[in-house]
Amino acid sequence: MKGGVRKFGAADRRLLPEGRLAGPMPWVIAIMMFLTVLAAAAGLGLGGAAASLGADIGDRVTIQVLEPNPDRREAEAARALETLGRTPEVVSARRLGQEEMARLLEPWLGSGGVEADLPIPAMIDAQLIPGARADAVRPRLAAVAPSARVDDNGEWLAPLGRLISALKWLAIGLVLLMVGATAATVVLAARAALDTHRGTIEVLHLMGATDVQVARLFQRRIALDALFGAIIGFIGAALALFLVGQRISALGSDLIGSASLPVLTWAALALLPLLGVLLAMFVARATILRALGRML
Amino acid sequence: MEAGRGETEAELNQTGTIVQFDNVGLRYGTGAETLSDLSFSLRQGGFYFLTGPSGAGKTSLLRLLYLAQRPSRGLIRLFGEDIVTMPRKRLPGFRRRIGVVFQDFRLVQHLSAFDNVALPLRVAGVEESDLQGPVSEMLAWVGLGHRASARPATLSGGEQQRVAIARAVIARPELLVADEPTGNVDPDMAKRLLHLFDSLNKLGTTIVVATHDLHLISSIAGYEMLRLDRGQLLDPTGALRHPPKRAEA
Repeated sequence: MKGGVRKFGAADRRLLPEGRLAGPMPWVIAIMMFLTVLAAAAGLGLGGAAASLGADIGDRVTIQVLEPNPDRREAEAARALETLGRTPEVVSARRLGQEEMARLLEPWLGSGGVEADLPIPAMIDAQLIPGARADAVRPRLAAVAPSARVDDNGEWLAPLGRLISALKWLAIGLVLLMVGATAATVVLAARAALDTHRGTIEVLHLMGATDVQVARLFQRRIALDALFGAIIGFIGAALALFLVGQRISALGSDLIGSASLPVLTWAALALLPLLGVLLAMFVARATILRALGRML
Repeated sequence: MEAGRGETEAELNQTGTIVQFDNVGLRYGTGAETLSDLSFSLRQGGFYFLTGPSGAGKTSLLRLLYLAQRPSRGLIRLFGEDIVTMPRKRLPGFRRRIGVVFQDFRLVQHLSAFDNVALPLRVAGVEESDLQGPVSEMLAWVGLGHRASARPATLSGGEQQRVAIARAVIARPELLVADEPTGNVDPDMAKRLLHLFDSLNKLGTTIVVATHDLHLISSIAGYEMLRLDRGQLLDPTGALRHPPKRAEA
């Protein structure tokens, strides 16, 4: 015979009856995993969207030169562009061309709606250094282009950013709640399994089985049940996300489209079933060892 | 044998005492004591019958012996060590040295007769290749070689009892504790099983058998008797408390 604490071998796994160990636990875990993956995907997607918004337009300002007289408008626009080029807080500035303006206004004025006699403001798009705000350029522009209006994209994006951030934290909270609920499910399932197999456990104990030997039997079976549930839940959530992704793509909206899931995010989501199984194993082991510790 | 038992083994060999009870009492919950003031010693290699009327406390005493229960008071030394204050993590090592035949068999219902008998060897970490032979041989010895793959539910009461006995002796325990081990078998099989116990005893295993069967008791030579009545040991001569040294065979 070997010394010390032994693992039960493959044949000894029959010590617990075949089949489901803990009733509906795999299905409860499947539901939990489904919701966890959706919440995590929402959190990661919104996080990506927030980052994308911040990087793309959060540090940009739009300057509209509103002067109705075309000549004075052109002169103010040129001075504004030149002033922006000399402003340290400005990384780059460019004036939107006629074609670009026509494309932007097309939804409101129709194709060919930008007539020469229509007083269309001159527009300048400026990229500021990170953290800089429109106030850094307003006084300088006021001096050279009195009709210039500076729109800080960060200002109107701020409420949207706060909403996205709140939704992201809500998603994180939901994931944590799901983790807690999954752990509680495993605790209940492990206790139920212990009660169901109490007779077998007592016999094993009286033959000299250690707590760790007995716990390993349950831990392995609960892990298999959890794996089954986690895979089912993940597949369901992945299908749901795929379908929602297709609907989002069909919208063609840049803003909503920025909430898409890149490959790395999918890889992170695919780790969730594995983490779920590890959590189930850890919780089952702790629960069973604690319960066995109360027996002689 | 396990490591780290050097001193206690030496103590055991020196005194020849495998079990020692001193003023042991057992109470379940807040009720009256089921066992009171038990003081006795069991010699290593002895063959003991435990008798007494129903409710005398025989099963409770056996539960103390096979470490299913700790006493409410008193001192119990087993294999030379105090098992009352022993940390629970050390108990499995001691339990592996004890074979138990339960009155209600306690076979694992979803396991075959073979797997039930193999249980103590698997718990002790014996390789599969090393347990096939001994388990098959033991099942054949108790007349169940042809029922190795049968589940307990398909076995008769007598057959289940034989599986339980085979399971208790398969690992050659140092102490065998049996609660009414022949209650469900015919007289011929009872004799055969008792012969198995006797053979084990001759190999050095200490045997404690609780039984009502006086006929069974008379078939073993050199046995000693423990009589329990209302939770107390009847030992008017004090021979159990101070056993004589066993004569060399």
